[in-house]
Amino acid sequence: MKKIFLPVFIFSAFAGSAQTDIDAIMMEKNAFCTGPLYSYSSWTNYWEGTLKRDNQNLGKVSTQMFGLMGNYGLTRKVNLLFSAPYVKTKASAGTLHSMNGMQDLNLFVKWRPYQKRVGAGRLSLFGIAGISFPLSNYVADFLPLSIGLRSKTASARIMADYQQGNLFVTGSATYVLRDNIKIDRTSYYTTEMHYTNEVEMPDASSFNFRAGFRNHRLIAEAVVNNWTTLGGFDITRNNMPFPSNRMNATTVGINIKYVIPAIPQLSIVTGGNSTVAGRNMGQSTTVYGSFFYVLGLGSKTKLTGKPAKK
Amino acid sequence: MKKIIIIPVIITASTLLFFISCNKQVEGRTDNTPALNPANVDLNAGTWKPILLTGPAEFPVPAPIATTSPDYIAQINEIKTWQADLTGEEKQIVKYWSAGAVLRWNEILRELVSKHNLPPFQNADGSYPFPSANNPLAYPQFPFANPPYAARAYAYVAAAQYDALVAAWHYKNLYNRPAPYTVDATLQVLIPKSTLSSYPSEDAVVAGAAAEMMKLLFPGDQDYINQKLEEHERARLIAGANVRSDLEAGEALGKAVAQKFVTRARGDRAGAAASNQAQWTQMETDALARGETPWYSLELPKRPPMLPLFGKVKAFLFDSLTAISLRPGPPPSVSSQQMRTETEEVYNYIKNPTRENTRIVHYWADGVGTYTPPGHWDAIAAEDFIAKNFSEVRWARNMALLNMALMDAGIVCWDTKYFYFNPRPTQLNPAIKTLTGIPNFPAYISGHSTFSGAAATILGHIIPEKATAYDAMAREASVSRLVGGIHYRSDCEVGLLVGKNVGNYAILRAIADGAE
Repeated sequence: MKKIFLPVFIFSAFAGSAQTDIDAIMMEKNAFCTGPLYSYSSWTNYWEGTLKRDNQNLGKVSTQMFGLMGNYGLTRKVNLLFSAPYVKTKASAGTLHSMNGMQDLNLFVKWRPYQKRVGAGRLSLFGIAGISFPLSNYVADFLPLSIGLRSKTASARIMADYQQGNLFVTGSATYVLRDNIKIDRTSYYTTEMHYTNEVEMPDASSFNFRAGFRNHRLIAEAVVNNWTTLGGFDITRNNMPFPSNRMNATTVGINIKYVIPAIPQLSIVTGGNSTVAGRNMGQSTTVYGSFFYVLGLGSKTKLTGKPAKK
Repeated sequence: MKKIIIIPVIITASTLLFFISCNKQVEGRTDNTPALNPANVDLNAGTWKPILLTGPAEFPVPAPIATTSPDYIAQINEIKTWQADLTGEEKQIVKYWSAGAVLRWNEILRELVSKHNLPPFQNADGSYPFPSANNPLAYPQFPFANPPYAARAYAYVAAAQYDALVAAWHYKNLYNRPAPYTVDATLQVLIPKSTLSSYPSEDAVVAGAAAEMMKLLFPGDQDYINQKLEEHERARLIAGANVRSDLEAGEALGKAVAQKFVTRARGDRAGAAASNQAQWTQMETDALARGETPWYSLELPKRPPMLPLFGKVKAFLFDSLTAISLRPGPPPSVSSQQMRTETEEVYNYIKNPTRENTRIVHYWADGVGTYTPPGHWDAIAAEDFIAKNFSEVRWARNMALLNMALMDAGIVCWDTKYFYFNPRPTQLNPAIKTLTGIPNFPAYISGHSTFSGAAATILGHIIPEKATAYDAMAREASVSRLVGGIHYRSDCEVGLLVGKNVGNYAILRAIADGAE
């Protein structure tokens, strides 16, 4: 009956390479790209604090996500993005009930203030701001089967991308402010007693590094992502996890995006990642698939995923 | 173009500002409780009926030194030295402790229960280790403060505090030593003044009794407990409420009275409650002999049942024969139509649980890592007692009544559980998934319901205007186990009833203890 959370809240870490808040791809002015996303994530081992263990009373904990994502080009330098996931969790063993529901709406503004030729390639700099908030009154305090943590967040990210020919590297750093949450019980114990239903949620930071091949038809990249909770406490021995645990995870994965030659508005996206290090989280493996359709892609607009030719 | 660049900057800046301006500091519900200033100091409480003491003077308290003596004046000067240079932290501890000694020690006890309410992790061979009181810091740490353990801990601490305060009130009236601020009008007083005699200090009595009792119950947390004891007494000095000799006499009295409860606790059969494999097997065999399906652990690997012989523990409110007489009749037979119907009802509740039902389940779950259902009822009571402005001795008396009822409810409930050894709904239908962790003991009768029935009954007597509200809370706590997939309706309804019967014994005591 011991449980552990899995990183459904790092939505963008799943979402890979398709015009997301964490890649260097921008939509042209007035173009709108949208599509559904499905991901499946599961783990049998987790980190109780820093101790890796399994739990026969959970078996394999799985999370399915059905998301809708979109990206609108306000200008070629300013894009607006959203994602809205429906999440379903399940434990293969034990008696704990599965959970499902609409999770958090994520909204981002992605701004590219700088783009110049540097050396043989092109350097782009980005600033990304995001907010997220729950779309339903889902339960946060039922980890690891909760579908999310309920915390309203505001995030700020700086990102740099360098592309030379068909090869690119992108790096970003994010700070996530997390608001306190309310839970259904009237007290809880962390490393001390709290006689309140309000839980102080520590902020978090995230680093993302991706590199690979990118042209107007194909993107293939390797991604390393690190999520670090700046505070919080460790799950004690054989205890339940709690939303304000110090949850850290480092994942490595790949993403592939392919634009269908016959229908250039349509692209298919797939990828996966695996958790290589963590704390108070499941050692999850995730695969996902998606397709995106670009609306308003006129003769004057195009995806800017390939290097400018000057 | 410029304008467009400005948009994201504004959005970013304003969202960041919004969050930064939010204060993340979380305030506890009793953090700002005002200083206790009872409307009635219960001057005659020295005549109230104690629980274990033969009389209020069973443990002697020496006469205090005269307030004109140089030694006393030196003790007044000690207070003045503290007060000359008060730090923010010192003001904070005065504020914290002045809310009430029984309140704060009850909260500390709830904290230790929460900290220790963790089932041990299994051994490599699938067996489970048991905590050892002789080696409390080795894994698994002692104690595993599960609901029966916790109920007993709350009861002993509250009862010891009550008896110690009855004795304290006796000596207060006997010696009638004025408070330091009455002796020396130039003293600052950081708490409401009291007309009560200050020797022995009621705060030190409560702290001493709690610390001594908790030494037995939480032997691995001595440093923490002693630090709280020291802080509590320091707060009283800083506040100008007591001189050191008030505190020393109070602590000694509290500890002496608690020793009597420690002796009782060592012989109350709780130490044998974990039982052994032969007895667990016997319970299984007995259930089979009755033609029933015996309970088995739904944990993997199968965990030994929780404290099977807790039902044999010596109750506070009645003797062992009465405890057995409070055991209800059997649950519906596992093979009966009624049991099939009740199992189906549980399944229907958890098939697609509503958010409101999930809220109720989690509100009352009080499972692993929490202060348990008895602790939840203490929390409910504490907040209402704050509003009632009870004197320390009445606080202790009411907490003792509540917690003796909770412990005795636990005894009757556990006796019933292991007498019938009835399976959980999930055992009869594995499709029944639960909205909270499933407890590792038989179903009939529901512990939450029994605890809640007892608590609501005695609290309704103590605060009659809230009797209907307490009854509604108990019903909600009870039904939370049904809609959470943990219990059948029979477990809950009979549990509530049995709890009420136990609670009535607490009322009988309340009527006769001289406090009403």
